[in-house]
Amino acid sequence: MRDKLTYVLLAAGALFFFFNLHGIFDVLPDEAAQGAIYRIMYLHIPAGITCLTGFFIGMIFSIGYLTTGKLAFDAASASINEVALVFAFMNVVTGSIWARIIWGIWWTWDPRLTAMFVCLLIYVGYLLLRQAIDEPTRRGRLSAAFSIFGTVDVVVVWKSIEWFRTQHPGPVLDVRTGGGHIDPAMQSMIFRDLFAFLLIAAALVLIRMKQEENAREIDALRRLAHA
Amino acid sequence: MNAFSQALSIARKDLAIELRTKESLNSAGAFAVVILLLFSFAFDLSPEETKDISGGLLWLCFSFAGALVFNRGFAREMPNECLDALLSSPLSAASLVIGKAITSALLLLVVEAISFFVYGIFYDTNWLKQPWSLLAVCVFATWGICVIGSVFGALTINLRLRELMLPVIIYPLLIPLLIASIEMTNLFLTNQAFNFMWLRVLLVFDIVFTCLAVALAEIILVN
Repeated sequence: MRDKLTYVLLAAGALFFFFNLHGIFDVLPDEAAQGAIYRIMYLHIPAGITCLTGFFIGMIFSIGYLTTGKLAFDAASASINEVALVFAFMNVVTGSIWARIIWGIWWTWDPRLTAMFVCLLIYVGYLLLRQAIDEPTRRGRLSAAFSIFGTVDVVVVWKSIEWFRTQHPGPVLDVRTGGGHIDPAMQSMIFRDLFAFLLIAAALVLIRMKQEENAREIDALRRLAHA
Repeated sequence: MNAFSQALSIARKDLAIELRTKESLNSAGAFAVVILLLFSFAFDLSPEETKDISGGLLWLCFSFAGALVFNRGFAREMPNECLDALLSSPLSAASLVIGKAITSALLLLVVEAISFFVYGIFYDTNWLKQPWSLLAVCVFATWGICVIGSVFGALTINLRLRELMLPVIIYPLLIPLLIASIEMTNLFLTNQAFNFMWLRVLLVFDIVFTCLAVALAEIILVN
């Protein structure tokens, strides 16, 4: 059942995304000031929202693990954080390419960019921490605590464009600005891409959770064999 | 005995040990001075350029020296299973972490005082233009560094490659605090006006991470 769901999510996400590509390249016009390169925002913004949402949901599953002690919550939290990290890399790389064209530089130490880079480092640290602990319950407990600490930076990334005057553009989506900062067709495409990314992310999380469960089962069998 | 008194008891115990052995203070103090010395060779700066990078230079030095201080905090309890004894005592895990953070903060403040003195001599800089503001920044930033350091010192206590893991996981978390302290220290060393935005960042960071440390100490330390 879960395998079928994984395939359905992955196929639906991929289909949506390819359908969106047609809209991005063939239907929507170039942006007046930036030209064709602005289209990278249809990867950059949805990837950013997907990763921040993932880190936040990962934190909720971490709290779930700490309150219930069920290893399934730990597997979910680890899987979600790992998949979110992939989208965080995608967000940073696409942002960097966009910056090179528009700002003339690959990177600047602006608060938004810095906070996002810090976020990447924190969750790379999270994965390293998990690798360094063998015992599953201890690994779950400590990585859950670390995930909760890490979420503080997720809030900083999200709010940095409001708290600080940044080179990175401020909020543009209607849900944060109340409207008038972005063309409705462009905004609609961002949300459609976000939906596709969330489907793909959900499928990747299910695949990763399956791997976690298999690894735990193999570990348990190995312990049994050595006992 | 309330939690704060328990934390103070732990801090008193650790300070007594430290004053006898001086292992953290000597190593962190010497390390900070060596870093300042190395920076003086690494960069050939004019007096104006020196002032511009002072904050960054000093806080990098303090955060590296800090790692030596809070690395020892929980490692000191490992021989003879002292940590297990402490955890099975009526002390709460939160008071243990906060007590260790208090000790680390006091030791790191001493290292900072030594470093400022040495820095003033090596780099020909008057760092006493706004002494009280500078002291406030040092106290708030040092507390933030040490509370994070103590929590993660506890978290990594039994890990493989502990000494490598600790810096990898704490420095990214410390970056907002280090940015705020560097900016404010630069202002004070160049005798500019107080910036409340960075002070707010520092205070919010301290409050949030202290609350998380207290809330999660039990989970981190107790099996």
